[in-house]
Amino acid sequence: MPDRPKLAVWKFASCDGCQLSLLDCEDQLLAVADAVEIAYFPEATRVMQPGPYDVSLVEGSITTAEDAERIQRVRSESRVLITLGACATAGGIQSLRNHAEIADYVRLVYARPEYIETLSTSTPITDHVKVDFELRGCPIDKGQLLEVLIAHLHRRRPNTPNHSVCQTCKRAGHVCVMVAHGTPCLGPVTHAGCGALCPGYNRGCYGCFGPADRAKPAALSTRLRELGMSDPELVRLYRSFNGQAEEFRVESEAREVQSGAQGN
Amino acid sequence: MKRLGRAEFDRLLNALTEVGYELIGPVMRDGAILYDSIAGVRDLPVGWTDAQEAGQYRIQRRDDQALFGYVVGPHSWKRFLFPPNQTVFSARRTDDGFVLETPPVDGVRRALIGVRACELEAIRIQDRVFLEGPYLDTAYQQRRAMLFVVAVNCGQAGGTCFCASMKTGPKAHGGYDLALTEVLDADEHYFTVDAGSPAGKEVLDRLDLPEASGAECDAAAAAVARAESQMGRSLDTDGLKPLLDRVLDGRHWEAVGQRCLSCANCTLVCPTCFCSTVEDITELDGGARRERRWDSCFDGEFSYVAGGSIRQSTASRYRQWLTHKLSSWHDQFGSSGCVGCGRCITWCPVGIDITQEAAALRVADAAEHDG
Ligand code: SF4
Ligand code: SF4
Ligand code: SF4
Repeated sequence: MPDRPKLAVWKFASCDGCQLSLLDCEDQLLAVADAVEIAYFPEATRVMQPGPYDVSLVEGSITTAEDAERIQRVRSESRVLITLGACATAGGIQSLRNHAEIADYVRLVYARPEYIETLSTSTPITDHVKVDFELRGCPIDKGQLLEVLIAHLHRRRPNTPNHSVCQTCKRAGHVCVMVAHGTPCLGPVTHAGCGALCPGYNRGCYGCFGPADRAKPAALSTRLRELGMSDPELVRLYRSFNGQAEEFRVESEAREVQSGAQGN
Repeated sequence: MKRLGRAEFDRLLNALTEVGYELIGPVMRDGAILYDSIAGVRDLPVGWTDAQEAGQYRIQRRDDQALFGYVVGPHSWKRFLFPPNQTVFSARRTDDGFVLETPPVDGVRRALIGVRACELEAIRIQDRVFLEGPYLDTAYQQRRAMLFVVAVNCGQAGGTCFCASMKTGPKAHGGYDLALTEVLDADEHYFTVDAGSPAGKEVLDRLDLPEASGAECDAAAAAVARAESQMGRSLDTDGLKPLLDRVLDGRHWEAVGQRCLSCANCTLVCPTCFCSTVEDITELDGGARRERRWDSCFDGEFSYVAGGSIRQSTASRYRQWLTHKLSSWHDQFGSSGCVGCGRCITWCPVGIDITQEAAALRVADAAEHDG
C-alpha cells in the first residue's frame, strides 16, 4: 500500500505515557499499523525513515533550547501536527518551574548542577509552532487517540467533546462526589475525555484533561472554599498537570495572591 | 382502596416479577439513593432518608423503618426510557455497497417501583415530546409501552422540593398502574393501594388484598397533606411567562452567568430535559455507527451553527434554560417544563436555585420599572 500516510511520533519533555497509549491499543494496533506507515517511532521500532511525514504526533513540552529548535524541524517536516497530552498542550507538571527559580531546583536535584542546561520555563508546543490538533489528558485516552487518527484518515472532524467532565459523569450515572460527599472536584471546569474515571471511584476530579469550554474556576473556587479548602490548597489543586493552561493558571495565581494577602 | 401490610410488600414485588417484569427501584449506593434493579424489599433503602439543600445532598438514618421515607435523588427514570447513550444505527460494508442495521430495543419489560408524583408528570411531559410531536421516537415508544408504573405518594417533602407550587404533587394524579401511600404510626406499618389501569387492577386482583378502612384512608391522606405542608421551596408562576418573554437581556442574567459553571448538571438530572446529540463514529475496518447521547443547552456545541456557537456567554445559556423551562415550553408543549422536583437545585455543584433565580428576576424587573 504505497499511499498509506506516513506517521511519526516525537518525544519532548514528558514521561512517555501518552505515546505508550498508542502501543496500548492492543487489538486495534495492527489495524492502525495497516492503515498508516509507522515511519518514525523510536519507542516502538528501530526503523527510522526520513521525513517528510503526513502526520506527526508530538508528546512533551519544550524545556531546553535544543528542543525549541527541534520542534521547528519537526513542524517543517510534518503536514499535520497533533500534540498528545498535558505536557504538549499545557506544559505538563514540569511547568511548576515556571513559578520558581530554576537554578534553585537544579541545585536541589542534581549532584553536578553545572551539567544541566535547561530553560527556565516549560512551555506547550503551541507556544512554538502551529499545532493542528491538541489531544488532552494526562495521560491521553487511547480511545480518543484512535478516534483522532481514524478521523484524520477518514477526513472528518474527531469526536472529542470539549464540555465538562460532569456531563460524562452524569451520563455514566455516578453519584456526584461534591454534592453528596462534599469532596472537592474539578469536574465542572475540566474538559471531558477520561470517562469521569475518578468520580466513578468516589474521588474528586484532578483536572487531568485541562480546562473545559467556558471553564470558570473562580466560580468553582467560591464553592470549594465553602467546602473547606484553603487558598494554598486551591493553588495546588489548579497547579498540577495542566497548571499552565490559561484558565487554571489565572485562577491559581489569583489564589496565590490571596494566600499571600492572608499571610499563609 | 386496598390495604397492603408492610409484611406483604414482597408479595406485590413477587407478583410483578411473576408476570415478567424486571423491577427497578430505589437503592442506596455511594452515599445516595438512586434507581437500579431490585429483587425485593431487602434492596430498598429501608429506614433511610435524604437531607437536601442547594448544592448539597446527604443520606441519613430515620428513626423508623419506612420503605419510601426519602424523596428524589440524582437519577431520574428518564435513564430507563431515554437512555444517556443509544446506538441509532450501525453500517457495515458489503460486496456491493453497505447495509444499515438498527439495533433492537432491549425488550425488557420494566416495573418502576416508587415513582413520585412529580416524576409521573415528568414522564407525561417526555411522552408529549417523544411521542406526540411530528417525529416519533420509536425506541422510546417501545420502552414506554412495556412499562409498569408503581407510584408512591410522598409522605414527606425534601428541602429542595416545590411540586406543590408546580401543581404536580405530592399526590399522584393518574399516569400510574398502581399508586401506594405509606402509613407508619405507633404500631402499624401499611400501604393504601389504588389501581390506575387495567394492568394495575389485574395485579391487585392477584394479590387479593382487603379493603382499606375509612380510618386508614384518612391516615394516608394525612401523610400526603403533611408532605404538602413541608415543601422546602416554592416557585411563584403567576405572570412569570410574560416576564421571561420580556426580560431578554439585563443585569440579572449576567449576575447568574457569573456564578454558573456551564457544567450542565442541572439539565442532565432534570427529568424533563430531553435534548440529545448524535455522533458519527467510523472504524478502521470500514464500519460506522451513529450514537445518540444526552446533550445540554449549557454545552457550547449545542448551539453550533455554521461559523460558531450562537450562545457564547454562560449568561445566555442560563437564560435559554430558564426561559425554556418556565416559558417557551408552554408554547411548545402546552405545559411548564419544570415539575418542581428540585434536582437541578440539589445537584448544581454551586447551588444555583431555579426558584431563587425566578424570584430574583421578578424583583429586578419590578425595580427597573419603578426606577
Ligand atoms: S462528581 Fe465531579 S465531575 Fe461528577 S458531577 Fe460532581 S462535580 Fe461533576
Ligand atoms: S427544572 Fe429543576 S426542579 Fe424543574 S423539573 Fe427540572 S430538575 Fe426538577
Ligand atoms: S446552573 Fe449549576 S448545574 Fe446548571 S450549568 Fe450552571 S453551575 Fe452547572
